[in-house]
This record gives sequence, structure tokens and C-alpha cells, in this order.
Amino acid sequence: MTSTPMPAPTPSNPVAPAGQAPTDDGLQTGNLTQPGTRTGETMIAIDNVSKWYGDFQVLTNCTTSVAKGEVVVVCGPSGSGKSTLIKTVNALEPFQKGQITVAGTKVLDKSTNLPKLRSRVGMVFQHFELFPHLTITDNLTIAQRKVLKRGSEDAKKRGLDLLARVGLSAHAHKFPGQLSGGQQQRVAIARALAMNPVVMLFDEPTSALDPEMVGEVLDVMVELAKEGMTMMVVTHEMGFARKVADRVIFMDRGEIVEDAHKDDFFGKPRSERAQTFLSKILQH
Amino acid sequence: MNYNWNWGIFFEPSPEGTGTYADMLLSGLLWTIATALCSWVIAFCLGSVIGVLRTLPNKAANAVGTAYVELFRNIPLLVQMFLWYFVLPEVLPQAWGNWLKQLPNAPFYTGVVCLGFFTASRVAEQVRAGIQSLPRGQRMAGTAMGFTVAQTYRYVLLPNAYRIILPPLTSEFLNNLKNTSVALTIGLLELTARARSMQEFSFQVFEAFTAATLLYVFINLIVITAASFIERSVAIPGQR
Repeated sequence: MTSTPMPAPTPSNPVAPAGQAPTDDGLQTGNLTQPGTRTGETMIAIDNVSKWYGDFQVLTNCTTSVAKGEVVVVCGPSGSGKSTLIKTVNALEPFQKGQITVAGTKVLDKSTNLPKLRSRVGMVFQHFELFPHLTITDNLTIAQRKVLKRGSEDAKKRGLDLLARVGLSAHAHKFPGQLSGGQQQRVAIARALAMNPVVMLFDEPTSALDPEMVGEVLDVMVELAKEGMTMMVVTHEMGFARKVADRVIFMDRGEIVEDAHKDDFFGKPRSERAQTFLSKILQH
Repeated sequence: MNYNWNWGIFFEPSPEGTGTYADMLLSGLLWTIATALCSWVIAFCLGSVIGVLRTLPNKAANAVGTAYVELFRNIPLLVQMFLWYFVLPEVLPQAWGNWLKQLPNAPFYTGVVCLGFFTASRVAEQVRAGIQSLPRGQRMAGTAMGFTVAQTYRYVLLPNAYRIILPPLTSEFLNNLKNTSVALTIGLLELTARARSMQEFSFQVFEAFTAATLLYVFINLIVITAASFIERSVAIPGQR
């Protein structure tokens, strides 16, 4: 279903220097870097981030980074703060201490235009969150039109191209409620991609799916990773992590306990907590 | 019971000299409809704004919304009518007060504003409940797409919230229509007021109020039919 040929990814724009927000033009062509073109340029820098709900600390001094073209999987027991961490990247969750920089733009800065920043960060949610009152086509185009101010023809073309890419062209006229969970999640991924994001965030994208639909969503994500999309993925799908992740971050009680290359993490996690976690979820 | 039934009374000329009793009731019905529609425009627009204020992530906006709702829904409608009609012109600067008192059709305008503000507090609660009943992720999804707060409401939250609250909103419209009868206390010659004066002129109390009852039921049935038509036409395929 994802075997539809991809539009050839255009080469990334090498002139946009780090520390400066790339222009929209740069974003439009630079989002799909080809495999092997990882430049080492930092796309997301999470620096000493802490967050409290009242007195309760949910994130404690989290520091990590995601390089351009890198795929980072975040895992950990429930309540470990992994969803919260990924939502701080586009400031869906505010944080009180530290700083996050996305493509050179500081998230926690009064002068930052947050809607603009968010429009360049694709996000896929556990429960899809398609807009139920809009057709699939409108779901794919509304933010392109209203946020990026694209013409409706351009937006529609881009949306339908991406819909074809996730193998759902036949459903363009339908409403989200008429699709299965797996189909909805693939539309949600296409919707995020339609904005030409510089980075994609996935918050447990397969957790709410029936088991037989997990595969179709993971296929789309694997393909995306292979194309060189920068991805930060909260998931329990260790098969996905093994296959495409570059690094794995293990969180527990709001802290980043382990931040290691995939092979090191699955080979022999250093911390006891990560070992216990892995042994539990890899048992079945 | 010793009662002199006379169903032909409706076709007898009313003492006002402008037509029959039936004409009198119908003119009352028209005032009822006009008051209900005009006050609903205020109630719907203002109520939507207040309801949205109560759901914004901003404490000041919440406070304004809450204050409005608690003020207007905790004072009896009848008292509010008196306050708007008798008290407001006295506490305003004298020139404004005089202007208000000399306004032609003052009971109509006052009734519309009073009822509109009162019903707005109830509509606001429906709108708030509708928005809050949506999954939290919908707001997040809109925000994550780069929508501003206003765009998130316009394109994501409100279209869904209004669909959810359509049935209770219909009830609210019916309440609003029936509440127009309270405006008879400030002299609005709407349907109930007309039925009362018919009774006083003719002593045919049963006929007068039977007619008023039937007219209210008739109008409300039309509203309900229209509402269910709207509900069907905005229903989302594949939902529920």
C-alpha cells in the first residue's frame, strides 16, 4: 500500500546556516533530505529542560538533540514523561526551565512566532486527531491554506500527492469517521507532511490502533525515515526502533536515563532501569 | 361550571377597533416571533463569545466569562426585565435616560435586549460544554498545525462544538421563545399579553388561552421541525 512511487526528493538547501531560521523556500525543498546526506546539523536541541505541574516535577533536566535526518526513538514506562517531552518541542506543553531550539529557533523566547514554528514541525498524535467535520482532502489542505497561505489548487495538489503516497487516494472525498484507525493515522501523517515540516514528531502513533493496523502505519513511517526525514518518535514498537532508529532515548520518572546508539541500547543498556524495561517489553 | 362558551368570539371585533379578536392575537404572535428572533441573535452571538471566553487558556478571559454567566443566570428574568425597563433609565446620565424613555416601542427593544442578555448566559454554558466535550487532542492538533488560537476555534473547535450542542441549543431557542411572554410585564403586547387583554375585554378566558396555547405549540413545532432539518443537513457522515 505504500509502494506508490515517491515524488523525487529534492536536494536540501545547503545554504541555510545553523542558528538562523531557514526561509520558507528553504523549508519547502529541504525537508526530504536523501539518505546519506546527514549533515550533522542539529535540528532539535533540548537543553536542560524541566517542567512542573504545580509542585510535581514531570521533566527533570532533560538534555538531548536530534540531528538533521536522524531518527530518534523515545521509550520508557508510562508516566515517564516521554509524551510530555516530545510535546515541549513544539511548545504544545510549556516548560519552565531550559531551552529548546528547533531549526535555529528558540521555543521559549518571547519573540518567537510559535504558530509559525509549529507549522514547520509535523506532529502525529496517538488518537489521530483528524478534524472530524472536514473531508480527508480538506483535512490535508486547511492548514496549508490558512497557515501557509497556499492557493487552494496548490494545496489540493500537494495534499492529494501525499494521500497517494500513503496509499489512500480512493478516500479523498470521505470523512475521517468513515476510515479505519490505521487509515486515519496514515492520513494524519500525510496531513503533517503537507506542511513541508523540517522535523516530524510522533506521539505513540500506533498505541491506539488495533494490532492488525499497526503494520500499515509503521510502513509509512519506515519509508519516511528512509527518505531522510528528521523524526522523533515516542513508541513502544521496538521492532520499529531496531529497524530505523539511529538512537534510542530511554526515560523514567521525567529523566532521560539513557541516550544511546540503537545497537548499544539493544545490545546492552547501561542502566538497570532500562534493562528491566527492555526485558519486560521484549518478553512477548 | 357555569361558563358561557363562545368559540365565535375570535371573529367579533375587538374593542380596540382595529379588527377582530383573532387579528389581535395574531398581532401578538408577530411581536412574540419578532422578539424571539431578535433576542436570539443577541443571545447566540454574545453567548458564543462568552462561552469561548470561558474555555480560553487565559485567567482574565475566564473570569469575565464566568462573571457574565453568573450575573445573568442567577437573577430571575422578571427582575431583569424590571431592571432594564424601570431602573436603567434612572441610573444612566439624564440625557440617555430620557432618550430611552421616549424611544418608540421601548418595551420591544428593552425586551429584546433583556432576553438576549439573559439567554446569552445560557447559550454560553452550552457553547462551553460543547467545546469542553471535544477531545483535548483536537485543540492540540489545531495548535500543532500552526493555527493561531482564533483559527483553532474558527476551523476546528467551534464547527464541532456547535454540531454537538445543536439539540440543547434548540431547547434554548424554545425557552427563549416562551420567555418572551415575561416581557408583557413591561408592556410588550406579545401573544400572552394579547390573550390576557382578550380575556379582560370579552370574559372568554378559556377561548383566549386555548388559542394562545395552540399558537405557541404550533410555532414551537415549526422550530423543532426546522431544527431537525438543520441537524440532518450538518450531520457528519461516519459519525455516531
